[in-house]
Amino acid sequence: MNNLTNFTKGLIKENPVFVLLLGMCPTLGVTTSALNGLGMGLATTFVLVMSNLSVSLIKNVIPDKVRIPSFIVVIASFVTVVELVMQAYLPALFDQLGLFIPLIVVNCIVLGRAEAFASKNSIGASAIDGLGMGLGFAFALTLLGATREVLGSGAVFGLKFIQGDGMLVFVLAPGAFIALGYLIAMINRLKKA
Amino acid sequence: MTYIIIIISAIFVNNIVLNQFLGICPFLGVSKKIPTAIGMSGAVLFVLTLAVLVTWLIQHYVLDALGLQFLQTITFILVIAALVQMVEIILKKVSPSLFQALGIFLPLITTNCAVLGVAILTIQKDFNLLEGIVFAMSNAIGFGLALVIFSGIREHLDLMEVPKGMRGIPIALISAGILALAFMGFSNLV
Repeated sequence: MNNLTNFTKGLIKENPVFVLLLGMCPTLGVTTSALNGLGMGLATTFVLVMSNLSVSLIKNVIPDKVRIPSFIVVIASFVTVVELVMQAYLPALFDQLGLFIPLIVVNCIVLGRAEAFASKNSIGASAIDGLGMGLGFAFALTLLGATREVLGSGAVFGLKFIQGDGMLVFVLAPGAFIALGYLIAMINRLKKA
Repeated sequence: MTYIIIIISAIFVNNIVLNQFLGICPFLGVSKKIPTAIGMSGAVLFVLTLAVLVTWLIQHYVLDALGLQFLQTITFILVIAALVQMVEIILKKVSPSLFQALGIFLPLITTNCAVLGVAILTIQKDFNLLEGIVFAMSNAIGFGLALVIFSGIREHLDLMEVPKGMRGIPIALISAGILALAFMGFSNLV
């Protein structure tokens, strides 16, 4: 498998949210607006790339039996880095995302890629795989965030282009489930066509 | 009185699954049959309560005492992973029948963000130990309630004529959305 397919498979064919259905908690929890979705997506991308890189570097040193705890420690370290940097430089976004920043640790995508890809492949390929998967995740979150923002308040990235109040329910919790349900149904339909 | 408010708000008003979006993976993953849903809820109740007890003690007597708050995420996830492992080993020895019932769900719980999420929330809300434990148990009950109702709905959905593209996950998500709408009726209760 060459680098290009490693990169693009995460974007579309194996999109972590729409196809693999991994990492649903942040997907539903933070996508009240496109900007929040993008911020969360990029934070996860950083953790994915760095943890894939590190796991691939140390894969030959770790005994097989303790590999999962070791991966979790690696991932948790990078999540702490993101947490501290975001708190210092982007306090507004940090407040919006809140609990979901530390919860990147238990995002199944990150551990899943470390176990399924980075622990078996070279450093370069692992980093590219992490970048592709991360950007696919960010793309899905931004798309869902934009959908909810348009339906809920008639705006994208805070720019209002539809007058009126919109359907408030899409900004609230139930709208997250409903919007994602219809998005996945639409993507299933497009894949068959 | 504070305890009643904590219990009602955690179970109904700020339901952990339908309002806070924690523990969605098991919510979608093990909700196809009612008995498995009940088994999972029992395992979560058990682990969540223990996890909050242990992480509360660690936060207050180790991390705060030594000024190491920034290690919270790493410490908590390791403690929870070790705890789940330990519960599994102890249950196997002490109560094989309970292990039979909960066994297969235990490994899944480490990656259940509800456990880590509630542990961190308990610290953020500045609960004392007893309030924290009550908070953990009510959240676990809220999780169980949502999971069991949802699995009941999904059992019925299997028998329905659903348009092809909507089958499986899409229709499950939309039903979850409608269930969340119903739970919104509880808002402003507390």
